[in-house]
Amino acid sequence: MDHPSMLPQATVTILEEQTGLSLIEVCRACAVNADGIVELVDEGLLAPLGREPHRWRFTGLHVRRATVALRLRRDLGLNLAGAALAIQLLDELDALREKLRALGTPGA
Amino acid sequence: MEFKDYYAVMGVAPDATQDEIKRAYRQLARKYHPDVSKEPDAEQRFKALGEAYAVLKDLEKRAAYDQLGSDWQPGPDFQPPHGRRGDAAFSNDEFNDLFESIYGRGPSQGREEGAGFHARGQDHHAQVFIDLEDAYTGATRSISVQTPEVDERGRVHLRRHTLKVTIPKGVRAGQHIRLVGQGMPGMGQGPAGDLYLEVAFNPHPHYRVDQRDVYFDLRIAPWEAALGTQVEVPTPGGRVELSVPADARAGRKLRLKGRGIPGPVAGDFYAVLQIVVPPADSEASRAYYTGMAGQFAAFDPRSTAGA
Repeated sequence: MDHPSMLPQATVTILEEQTGLSLIEVCRACAVNADGIVELVDEGLLAPLGREPHRWRFTGLHVRRATVALRLRRDLGLNLAGAALAIQLLDELDALREKLRALGTPGA
Repeated sequence: MEFKDYYAVMGVAPDATQDEIKRAYRQLARKYHPDVSKEPDAEQRFKALGEAYAVLKDLEKRAAYDQLGSDWQPGPDFQPPHGRRGDAAFSNDEFNDLFESIYGRGPSQGREEGAGFHARGQDHHAQVFIDLEDAYTGATRSISVQTPEVDERGRVHLRRHTLKVTIPKGVRAGQHIRLVGQGMPGMGQGPAGDLYLEVAFNPHPHYRVDQRDVYFDLRIAPWEAALGTQVEVPTPGGRVELSVPADARAGRKLRLKGRGIPGPVAGDFYAVLQIVVPPADSEASRAYYTGMAGQFAAFDPRSTAGA
């Protein structure tokens, strides 16, 4: 086995706090080609900064959203609109849970 | 490898029709999909479901499973078929199929093995449990990951290796630590995938965490609540002096701004007041409570005004 001091050390980032990601970086992180991301933007599921695709700037939260959308499509056989609806409802559910928690025991 | 009852996993009878199996899969997949479900074991159940469905949806595999019964070797732990068992139930292709359906989180890319074919390796996902204190200071953790590797004879082995991971200061539960290039190896010249670690906090005996904010039950005596006092509060970042105002009520939250989980927008630390009443366990203390009852004869704790 590896000796502890010899362990490889990887570059670490927090996905959710990344900003200024290009279309290429998002494609890489989500393991899809550009069309796969463009259609998520066209569906209104992702709203990057910038007008043209080559100027788009995404955040880590976009990456997470895209990953969830792609997984839902693949695992549950949803189409694009279905995945977008599911994500919108999941967001609303999260917001409601948040409110519920604020009213009840915090952090419980 | 213990025997897995795929019919039980899917909640169908052993004589279920293919349509019933498909329906059960769709229903349970929506219920236990890790992106949808809040159940703590959703990920395991979803994987088990995928493994069961991969076999039961296919008539040939289902027949082989029914026949082999407890001799069945499912999932990533099982040996590639052209090995020990002579009458292999699977061809190598089918094995790859199963394998991908269990491990795959990105679109399948591994099929077209050829001279000029390059593909980025798939991403790996895992969970890492850290202490709340680690989020205040940052920490290093050694984690062990299993990566499938193909040897020169084309057999797949799971290799366990250890990785030293820096837990960045300010990380919160539910966030993902991304380790570039630590996922599945790429094919051809393709780069390796990334490893994503979803952060969760170990339960803490004293603190509760809500997003960036940290809550602590601060126990005070009735006279401290009535008269006000200065107390030292242990926050995960160190002890902090806090003044409890006079006439403080139980449940009141005293905020220490910026003493929650650190970051560009630091969270807050809340001391939630709990009033602890001393026991009436001696003649003198009972007499004291009797005296209080006389002194506060007009006090009705159940009146809506509260005083």
